[in-house]
Parts: sequence; structure tokens; C-alpha cells
Amino acid sequence: MSGIFNLSRRKFCQAGMLAGGGLILGFYLPGLDRAAAAAPPIEGTFAPNAFLKIGTDDLVTVIVNHSEMGQGVYTALPMLVAEELDADWSKVRFEAAPVDPVYNHALWGMQATGGSTSTWTEYERLRQAGATARAMLIAAAAAAWKVAPSSLRAEQGQVVHTASGRRLTYGQLAEKAAGLAPPKNVKLKDPKNFKLIGKPAKRLDTPEKVNGQGVYGLDVKVSGLLTALIARPPVFGGKVKSFDAEKAKAVPGVRQVVQIDRGIAVVAEGFWAAKRGREALGIVWDEGPQAGLDSRKQREQFAELAAQPGAVAKQKGDADAALAGAAKKIEAIYELPYLAHAPMEPLNCVADVRGGSCEIWVGTQFQTGDRDTAVEITGLKPGQVKLHTMLLGGGFGRRAVPDSHFVREAVQVSKAVKAPVKVVWTREDDIRGGYYRPVVYHAIAAGLDGAGHPVTWRHRIVCQSFTVDTPFEGAMMEHGVDASAVEGARGLPYEIPNLLVDWKRAPGAVPCLWWRSVGHSHNAFVVESFFDEVARAAGKDPYEFRRALLKNHPRHKRALELAAQKAGWGKPLPPGMGRGLAVHESFKSFVAQVAEVSVSKEGKIRVHRVVCAIDCGPVVNPDTIAAQMESGIVFGLSAALYGEITFANGRVQQRNFHDYPVLRINEMPVVEVHIVSSKDAMGGVGETGVPPIAPAVANAIFAATGRRIRRLPIRGEDLKKV
Amino acid sequence: MIKLKVNRKEYTVDINPETPLLWVLRENLGLTGTKFGCGMALCGACTVHLDGEAVRSCVTPVARAEGKEITTIEGLSLDSGHPLQQAWIAEDVPQCGYCMSGQIMSAAVLLRENPRPADADIDAAMAGNICRCGAYQRIRRAIHLAARIQGQGGGR
Repeated sequence: MSGIFNLSRRKFCQAGMLAGGGLILGFYLPGLDRAAAAAPPIEGTFAPNAFLKIGTDDLVTVIVNHSEMGQGVYTALPMLVAEELDADWSKVRFEAAPVDPVYNHALWGMQATGGSTSTWTEYERLRQAGATARAMLIAAAAAAWKVAPSSLRAEQGQVVHTASGRRLTYGQLAEKAAGLAPPKNVKLKDPKNFKLIGKPAKRLDTPEKVNGQGVYGLDVKVSGLLTALIARPPVFGGKVKSFDAEKAKAVPGVRQVVQIDRGIAVVAEGFWAAKRGREALGIVWDEGPQAGLDSRKQREQFAELAAQPGAVAKQKGDADAALAGAAKKIEAIYELPYLAHAPMEPLNCVADVRGGSCEIWVGTQFQTGDRDTAVEITGLKPGQVKLHTMLLGGGFGRRAVPDSHFVREAVQVSKAVKAPVKVVWTREDDIRGGYYRPVVYHAIAAGLDGAGHPVTWRHRIVCQSFTVDTPFEGAMMEHGVDASAVEGARGLPYEIPNLLVDWKRAPGAVPCLWWRSVGHSHNAFVVESFFDEVARAAGKDPYEFRRALLKNHPRHKRALELAAQKAGWGKPLPPGMGRGLAVHESFKSFVAQVAEVSVSKEGKIRVHRVVCAIDCGPVVNPDTIAAQMESGIVFGLSAALYGEITFANGRVQQRNFHDYPVLRINEMPVVEVHIVSSKDAMGGVGETGVPPIAPAVANAIFAATGRRIRRLPIRGEDLKKV
Repeated sequence: MIKLKVNRKEYTVDINPETPLLWVLRENLGLTGTKFGCGMALCGACTVHLDGEAVRSCVTPVARAEGKEITTIEGLSLDSGHPLQQAWIAEDVPQCGYCMSGQIMSAAVLLRENPRPADADIDAAMAGNICRCGAYQRIRRAIHLAARIQGQGGGR
């Protein structure tokens, strides 16, 4: 957290007037972009580099610099401002921030949403914004009434003179407040006085999401807008050999066919014409070096790699010697597939590159990189590129792409046809478009001493790196190890004296990306499933065994105990049912889940109930935390039960929701979420519900059937009773 | 020329009759509340009503909708006052929200046909609608609440 506090100390405030009157308050972070910091808002005009606007109509608008993809930032971040502002919550609105260094992520030096960081990285900065504005409103009222500021209090969007009961609304005070100098050191509230933070708040974006009015990237309307579909290589790394533009253009409604870096774009009056036109292209591809990619062969290749030592991610004692000398050895291979994010809204981007300007409308998690990509393609200056962040119909990491490919395509097509263009991906384009969670092969071993205590743990992870050769390489690579590959494995919380975690880099045959919970999505499955194996080998109860070895990890332990207690761990279940648990730290939060599962004779798996406990430190909106745990559990269950992208002849074998199924309502377990009361450091909630569910379910299946799941997705046919 | 009646309003569209209704609604009529999710009737994001029946507009040729009453999420109520919309807000169902038009349009047919659905009825009626954010538990809760609101005559 030191990073944000450093930034906070360096910040200074500036206030200015809104065009229609009112107060805006911006926090400028000098050093990130001098040009922006040197251009304060001009009096009487709207200046966008601000987090907060108060209009004379009493409306408080919080400008949110993180993208809303379902995780609730358009509510949680306004809550932070509103709390310290003592705003009337019914008057609080949100607005997506434009691209400007002032809106950079508090730690990353770029505007981006990811890593479950939005709330905890803004917790200080946005409360400061609210508290500063409150102090200015109080000062404005004190001046108007000629009384001491200390005789005034703020409540529910008004300043009140306690002695006389006089009141002025924030809207009435906004213009006066805008003329004041912002105070330097405002005091934040003692959390015990919070009125909003920590209590369930209704999401501000719900009303527009139940009547069709919310505008996602795909819904953007621009005058003269054309629609483009792009034919991309069927094999990653393939190239176009030839195509028939005329056949595509013969389809009514098709306007142009243009070749861009990533394929052939068919530009038409609408989606359907573009789709028909694309089908008519008759492209001959040079399939390139991956034409033989085959998941079965890849599995053999990974097994060979797993026999070779990797780069050391974590080492303690001598894991190999301890294993050689162990009274009992447990060894296993765990395997996980490529996974597509498959957000409900297929990828899309609208770009309008004309006459020295570029305007982009897109649901993105990576504004700065996308803007810079447009700068690179158009040759324009950053200030000439305007990017509008729309609602994201799901992100899960898929809309945070270091190469900005889906924005790149739209900008290139618009530039070529000199018209506004919406590039639309079909579901097939999405499922087959790469940028997957990598396929991962794990070789893991542990040893017990004669008394059943674990004495050694050796874990080798084989997968590709998707951060090498991207701007994230510097941040992710540590001593030759990609942190995104080993996170959730190298920090084993259990007390075991000898430990070796290493990473063997596999060839990157396929473009891969962070997929909701990233490395934790596979490492938690392996660590928590294998730990269950070790517990069984030691003849111990998996819950008690974990508790005993978590003595130096109180946050893991508290979450685990709460989940176990609420789930009724140890209580008998009907025959055919089993209970499994897992606990995992990710994104600075600690989540334990207990799953109750039944397996029929035919191998049909049913997850009946999941009890989830989370310690994410101080709570902002408990209902959002519950929603994110429910969401993470469903996302993780979809992957555990069904998710798998495979290759044959270089081609992805899945294409839509029939062969890349996801959980449906009739499979939804009852999910109960319990929040640990915690004053520890604040963590994230967007991803952290995902990692424990697969191992909790797999461990429950073991409890029910005695069959150990070591490969995802879980194959029901393997569980049939013969 | 194809004549359409959408949300009690009449339109004439010059379009290839094979074009899926979804794209006509979204691109020609500007009714973007109906969403594209899969194009194969697998996810339900594009659900609209044709003469009161839920259909997947992504696979419904526009010609099939001619002469029928088409209702989209924009026409479900005048002011988001349908019991389902009220319940969706009360339970804070949406996360990313992208699938919710389709969810609500499917649920509206369920509630009309079965004013007090049990969980199993909800599961059966709603299994065609995917929510990738996993709001299913809240969808169930909200449908039960909407049934109560509807039962008390609380819709608008």
C-alpha cells in the first residue's frame, strides 16, 4: 500500500467552476503528466480532470476512473466520495472518466482496471476528495453566515448551523465553494462514524440495466456508422494468402473490404451484411508454424518439460532431500486447459478516424494503452484521440489487452475507410480468438514423516508466459519467474519445513492472457486439491489438518474456520454426497469455501451448496462483496465442470456456448456468503471468489466417491460407477 | 419493405427478409436494449416477445415477425415499473447487466403463465438464459419477489 500513500502525499487539489455553476474538485498527481497537471480548470468552464462535481441542482457526480464490468465500481467508488462528503446518497451519480493522467490507476501509472485493485487503491484518494469538498462547502457556508466553521456540520448533502438550525444545500453552496482554496490537510472520518461505507448500498447502475437504457460498447450509435466483421486466421500466427474481395462486395449492403494487420475486414451497412460478406471472402490461408498444434501432443510435450527443472520461484530447506528421506511420499500430476473468458458481450470497438481526430467508444479495461495504440496508428497527438469508456458486458481480464488488438483493428479499419466503424466479434470469433488462460501442467509431490507430519512440498508448474514481451514484463518477471504463473503456489501458507516451487516455461503456441484470478485460477486448484491428498495420506481430517498448519496465517485460518462453522463441517451428509473445502489468498483477500456435492451412479455431478467466507479487510459495500463471491463461484464452477479450449490441426475445436458450456440457472447451487469482521489491510473482491471453488468441489467429489480429480474440467464419465 | 410493430409503434424497414430480427431492432430501429450474445439461440441475451411468446431474436428472420406484436425490453413497461424490473432493482440483480434484458423478457413470460413459480419452474423457464456474472441466485430471488409484487397488483 505504500505506493498509494506516496502518491497521496504528493497530490494537491484544485477547485474550479462548472460551466453551469457548481464545484468541481480534482486531484492532480504531478510527475505523471506535467501537461495535464499544468493546465488547471479554467474558471467558468468544465475541466474534466476531476473526481467530483457538485451542481447547483444538488447532484453530486463522481467521475470514476475504473471501468464498470459488473464488479460494482460505479457504486463502491462513489460511496467513498459520498461518505466523506456527507452527501445525500440519492443525489449521487457516476460518470466514466475520460483518458487523462489524472485518472491513472493509483499504483500503475496508467488508466486501467484489473487485479481486483479498484476499491482498495482508491480508498484513500477518493475519501480525500470527498473530505476536501466537504471542508470547502463548510467554509463557504461559514462565510455566508459569518460564523465559525467549527459551529457547522455537514449531513445528507447540506451544511447545518447547529445553533440556529439554518441549512444550505450543497447545490446552494457549490458556486461559493468553487471560489475557495482547497484546504491542504483534511481529516478523514474515524471508520466508526461511517454512514455509508460498510453498509449495503443499492448499485447506482441497476436502473439502467433493467430497462435496456445502459449503453455498452456494442450499443454505441454514431451518425454514418458502418459495421465491420474481421476474418482472422483459423490458426494462430497464420497469414492471408489470397481472398476474393469482389465476392464479398457482391453481398448487398457490403461497402468495402480492407486488409488490416490481423485479417480481412468486411465493412457493411450492418452486422448481417458484414457477416454474409465475410463468409463470401474465400480466403486461402498460410497457416504458419502452429498448423500442427494438437492438444494431445501438447500434453505429452508438457509432461516432458515437467521432468526438467524450472526457474525457482520459492525455496526453503532442501525439498528433494526431504522427499527422498520421507516416510511416505505422495506424488501427482494435475492438468488444466486453456480457458476462454467468454464475456456475455462479445468484443467490439467503435472508432472514428477522420480529419485529424480519432474518437473511440469501447468497453475496455486498458484506456491508456488503447489510446496510445490509436496514437501510434493515426500519427495524431494523444490530445487528439478521445476515448469514451462504455459499460462493459463482462471483462474478466479479456478487455485488458496489452496489445490493444480489438481497438487496433477498429482504428485501422476506420482509418482505411474514412468513416466511423464498429468492429463486432461474433461469439465464434470470441471463443476462437485466443487470449486464453494458459494450459498448465503441474507436477507436485509431498512427503510425510513417520508421525504423519508433512516435511516437504515440491511443486513444478509448466506453462507459457503471457507477460514476456509485453509492457508488463518488467512488473511480472522476477528472477526469471513469471509471477502470474506461480502466484498462489509460491506463497504456500501451510507450515512445511522444506519447499520448492519452480516454473518451467512452455512455448507460447497460443496468445494467452489474464483470466479472472490469473495464476490463482490453476494454482489454487492444484495446491488445495493436493493438500487434501496429503491430509488423507496422513489420515487426518482435511479441515483440522489445514488449521493445524495455518498457525502463522491467521487470516487464512479465520476465513477457513468461519466457512467450516457455517457449513456444518463434520456433520453427516446423505449417502452419495460429500463435503469439500479449500482456502486461498489472492488479491490481498482470503477466501474459504465449503462445497456440498453429489455424484450420481451415471457420474452426474451436482453442486448443492457452497458456503463462502471472505476476509477482505474493511468492507465498503457488503452486498457487492456477496455478489462478487456468488459471481466468482459461478465463474469458477463453469470452468471446473465444463471449461476447455482444445486444439486439433492448429484449430480451436470449440466455437459457441454449446461446446463451450457455462453454468446455467438450473445448475446454480445455493451460495451463502459470510464476511469476516476484519481490520486488516483491504483486499480485492472481483477475482478472489474464483480460486477456491474448483478444489472445494473436487475435494467434495473425493469425499463422496473416493475418486480424486486431477484434471479439469471434471469429467463426469470418469466418475461413473462401473 | 417489411412492416413491423414494435412496442405498439409501427415501422417500415427496407431490409433483407432473412436478416435476424435482433439486428433490425438494434441497427434499423435503434432499440439496443436487446443484446447480441451468441447468434445461435444458446444464451438468451436477445430474447424478445412475439405475440407474447419469448423468442430468440438472433435466429428469428425478420420476415417471421411481420404482422406480429413485437415487445422488447424498452416496451415492457413505461417507466421500469414492471414487477420484474422493480424486483430486479430491489434485489440488485445485475452485475455487468448485459444479459438482463433477455433474462427479464424470459421471466416475463414465465410470470404471466405461472404467477407463483417454484424454484424448479424458474430453473426450467430460465435455463436458456446465460448470465456469465453468475447472478442466478439473485434472479431466482427477484422472480419470487416479482411474483409477490404482481400478486398484489403492484406492477406499472
